[in-house]
Amino acid sequence: MTLLEARGISAGYGAAEIIHDVSLRVGDAEIVTIIGPNGAGKSTLLKTIFGLLRSSRGRITFRGSDVTRASAPKMVAAGAALVPQTDNVFPSLNVRENLQLGGYRRRRGTAVRLAEILRLFPDLGHRPAERAANLSGGQRQMLAIGRALMLDPVLLCLDEPTASLSPRMRSQIFERIRAINEQGVAILMVEQNAKEALRLSDRGYVLVAGRNALEQPGEQLLANPDVGRLFLGQETASA
Amino acid sequence: MLKFANFAHGDLMTLGMFLALAVVVDAGLHGGAIGPLSFGWGMIPAALVAMAGVALVVLGLDWLVFRRLRARGGGFITMAVASLGIGIGLRAIVQLIWGPTAFRYQSGINEATTIFWDLKVKPDQFFIFGLTLLLVVVVYLLLYRTKLGKAMRATADNPDLAEVAGIETEQIRRWTWVIAGCLIAVAGIMLGIQAQLRFSAGFHLILPMFAAVILGGIGNPWGALVGGMVVGISQEVSTEWINTGLKPAVPFLILILMLLLRPRGLFGSTI
Repeated sequence: MTLLEARGISAGYGAAEIIHDVSLRVGDAEIVTIIGPNGAGKSTLLKTIFGLLRSSRGRITFRGSDVTRASAPKMVAAGAALVPQTDNVFPSLNVRENLQLGGYRRRRGTAVRLAEILRLFPDLGHRPAERAANLSGGQRQMLAIGRALMLDPVLLCLDEPTASLSPRMRSQIFERIRAINEQGVAILMVEQNAKEALRLSDRGYVLVAGRNALEQPGEQLLANPDVGRLFLGQETASA
Repeated sequence: MLKFANFAHGDLMTLGMFLALAVVVDAGLHGGAIGPLSFGWGMIPAALVAMAGVALVVLGLDWLVFRRLRARGGGFITMAVASLGIGIGLRAIVQLIWGPTAFRYQSGINEATTIFWDLKVKPDQFFIFGLTLLLVVVVYLLLYRTKLGKAMRATADNPDLAEVAGIETEQIRRWTWVIAGCLIAVAGIMLGIQAQLRFSAGFHLILPMFAAVILGGIGNPWGALVGGMVVGISQEVSTEWINTGLKPAVPFLILILMLLLRPRGLFGSTI
């Protein structure tokens, strides 16, 4: 069943349109990855879906409701969560406070959920009073994902969750993403580490110059020679 | 948190001070004396009226001016200049209503007590210091122990991320204005208790206030208290060595030194 659907979305910053007529669909408990070269509009698409940017054309529906004009807090209230690529934690707040703020809209059960999140990310559980500004890149990413999970979202949007992380930390993050998805949370992810992300994904979209270029199951995209040549570095490997 | 230097702060203090005057003197609600203090019980309803009045005014100003400027991407300078204009307007309104004359909440002498050496402190000043300390504790607890305070700190840290966390940042900004309005009104009353009430009283405090805030660290309630004490005491003690007429230059000097040596303030900016 379709959870999120974007149809014919165009959006950008001021007069500069970055994405043109882009469509995308995420089903219940699916993992969908968007790949594409730098500047393809992947992050812009996520921000538009989440209400941080206004679309000039197109329609977005989430859980059957029109959310084209919904603000970010409304998307959160509807059951979506977003982890931005950068500045995704509150640096002057400690780990516990960051997670508590993730549950800002919760009426009850914050402490229980917080304990669950700290169990999911044991690295954070060891330092609840540490200021987020003092965490490593990987710990920050885990805190950002933990913060996004505080409201039990049905859809988790991740903007380049493994950017600038070590290979070991990257595997840990992908492992956690899989674990989160196994709990029934749909994942919409923008990722530069396309191979690992597509291996994990049910479906993938390729965006080029702000337009839909391709949509295929993750494994097929991995095997697609055009995608391999363009984004997975296979041309260099075969040369 | 609102990301600009509010130059209307001093004039809003003046407004609070005069709103209390309207209750205590104009409406004649002095009330019985409170121990050795120079004002009576009437100051309590007067403070409530002033807090509500200033909070409403700042909420209205946010709705009318600052919210619109924020929506248009107005930066620090735009907002600061707008607040400067608002300050001039408020000062003119206070002068139009109450005139240029100086007032007092209550006539009479508030006897000072010698603490040690030649240090003399009036009961009113003890009260002002105690109330300030109490308010700093309240603001600290609000910012660090309540859900609203944490949301305020998060909005100050990163408003976009706060929205993504489900926080309605505009609502948080409105709460910030209400809390600031109440504190401004109380500060204005404390100034009125300590000195005469003039339409320009708050305006003349703007520079020492900025110096105190920068000295303590922007957004740090304890820093603001320490900064305020250092600036205020430095100003007064300086007259021992310099001409009294040069006293207003002391905050300038502190401001320049702090900006040169430690721009994040003594305790560092926390929000």
